[in-house]
Amino acid sequence: MNYNINEKGYYGDFGGAYIPEMLYPNVEELRQNYLKVMREESFQKEFRQLLKEYVGRPTPLYFAKRLSEKYKTKIYLKREDLCHTGAHKVNNTIGQILMAKRLGKTRIIAETGAGQHGVATATVCALMGLECIIFMGEVDIKRQAPNVARMKMLGAKVVPATSGSKTLKDATNEAIRDWINNPVDTHYIIGSVVGPHPYPDMVARFQSVISEEIKTQLREKENRKNPDFVVACVGGGSNAAGAFYHYLDNLEVGLIAVEAAGKGIDSGESAATSALGKVGIIHGSKTLLMQTADGQITEPYSISAGLDYPGVGPMHANLFTSGRGEFISITDDKAMKAGLELCKLEGIIPAIESSHALAIFETRKFKRDDVIVVNLSGRGDKDLDTFIRYFDL
Amino acid sequence: MNRIQNKLSEKKLYHNKAEKLLSIYFTAGYPKLDDTVEILQQLEESGVDMVEIGLPFSDPLADGPTIQDSSQLALKNGMTTEILFQQLKDVRKTVSIPLIIMGYFNPILQYGVEDFCEKCAEVGIDGLILPDLPLSEYKEHYHETFKKYNLINVFLITPQTSDDRIRQIDTASDGFIYLVSSSSVTGNLDGFDENQENYFNRVASMQLKNPLIVGFGIKDATTFKQATSKTEGAIIGSAFIKTLARNGKSGISNFIASIREV
Repeated sequence: MNYNINEKGYYGDFGGAYIPEMLYPNVEELRQNYLKVMREESFQKEFRQLLKEYVGRPTPLYFAKRLSEKYKTKIYLKREDLCHTGAHKVNNTIGQILMAKRLGKTRIIAETGAGQHGVATATVCALMGLECIIFMGEVDIKRQAPNVARMKMLGAKVVPATSGSKTLKDATNEAIRDWINNPVDTHYIIGSVVGPHPYPDMVARFQSVISEEIKTQLREKENRKNPDFVVACVGGGSNAAGAFYHYLDNLEVGLIAVEAAGKGIDSGESAATSALGKVGIIHGSKTLLMQTADGQITEPYSISAGLDYPGVGPMHANLFTSGRGEFISITDDKAMKAGLELCKLEGIIPAIESSHALAIFETRKFKRDDVIVVNLSGRGDKDLDTFIRYFDL
Repeated sequence: MNRIQNKLSEKKLYHNKAEKLLSIYFTAGYPKLDDTVEILQQLEESGVDMVEIGLPFSDPLADGPTIQDSSQLALKNGMTTEILFQQLKDVRKTVSIPLIIMGYFNPILQYGVEDFCEKCAEVGIDGLILPDLPLSEYKEHYHETFKKYNLINVFLITPQTSDDRIRQIDTASDGFIYLVSSSSVTGNLDGFDENQENYFNRVASMQLKNPLIVGFGIKDATTFKQATSKTEGAIIGSAFIKTLARNGKSGISNFIASIREV
């Protein structure tokens, strides 16, 4: 079986482009050009150079000695938290801004939940001198004031999404509506492996630099290309897609996706899509999503704003239903404790999203000689307030 | 032939006569859960030619604030696909104009596409407009099912749709083509300009086999007249919902009469 995308834009039964006709010309233009552009030598050269000199890649693959001792296994951390802007998100925004320029677009829009993708988009727009409009739920704007300020400092206009629940899914709706209203000059930089084809594949390819580097780095450190397991948190799933990408068809490597259980899968306040979702259509993609029996999309909950999405990307829906991926959900409490533990054991303050992936070691046993790579997708500076309140620091 | 085709077999008639086809969109379950059938009856009595019944969805991507709000309120009122079908059970005893369900694909996918189509046929629905069901998916997976239940699927085209694709859509259509007036979500326009008129002219001159019905941005007699000067008819949605919000059901006949004013 092949776990990558097929020529029709599907991962197994998931994916496609379920979009209104108003979006067809834009999405079709992208579909016809994205692979061609990405394969151009000049594109690769510019992309690689910016990743190296602007983002600071390659990010280290760090052997977490004390964490490994505690859990009696071999744990490596892929340090995406050291990327410029503080998370893996920038790998994708660099790629997409170069794509947008080659397609002749002059205006950039994006959605953001916690603000990380918004900041990463505003950053590359400043870098390239392009107009930038970020849609962000009104509720999130209040919750994430520092990131709103960052986006403004970087020259972006932040537009509150006031529809629906006023969070990430509504910000995405508003970005899509803006694209419908501005079909010629605008490129929509989607922040995760979600949305209509070709977005899930394009974003996964830009993020695939993560697993590309892991392969090289692991050979240097362990004299092997493949870890036994790769662990990553999944909201929409872009950091997981990047960390899994070069191992998708290599069945010797276990792929572990960690979702946010929120206050518990059965609590009614959760974002564990694989456990709670059914097949449906969200933001132009056929995938697993949380919805009512009547097909209305429901509100997810997680303490981490970056995992607070009611669906998963179609790649992950396929990894889950095919059994290729192991899906585990972690509660707010376990994630917060795992985050704090990494601070104490390794001197690294992780994002709450990434803390979910770290909580795997309290949940699942590994063998002593297993080599496990955890994708540390982002740093925790943005989450200080939540940590302070949670632990009464 | 179903009711839409019957109605539109008068295409030439519509094309030449002063009074063009007027279609109204409203959200089922808005303003009150049980208003659906009474609104339909009043629309028919007021001389409306066809109605799109909106099946509310939590995330209506192609809609502006007016229809978003009416959808949210309808859902809050408790509207579901099943309740809509219950409300429409006897609608054909009192309403004879063509009825179309307009909605997003996910609720229909959850209901089961074949079950949904069967129910539509049972209560007397004539067609479907599902903006996020793309042409390729429809042709590959759903065309046969729609046909089996004598349901007409209506596709949208926009100012950005290429001539090639318009031809493909014309071939795949057997009712009418929904001409989206501008690159915009619903309820977002302040009247039409030269760009729209050029676009209406361009598509009208393609001599398509299907009649053209314009939607998005039509809100009064003037825009209705502009939209239909080269086409067979037009659809009013957001402006009608605003009337319902302001005046309730008692404002329906006056609103329709105001559109027909010449």
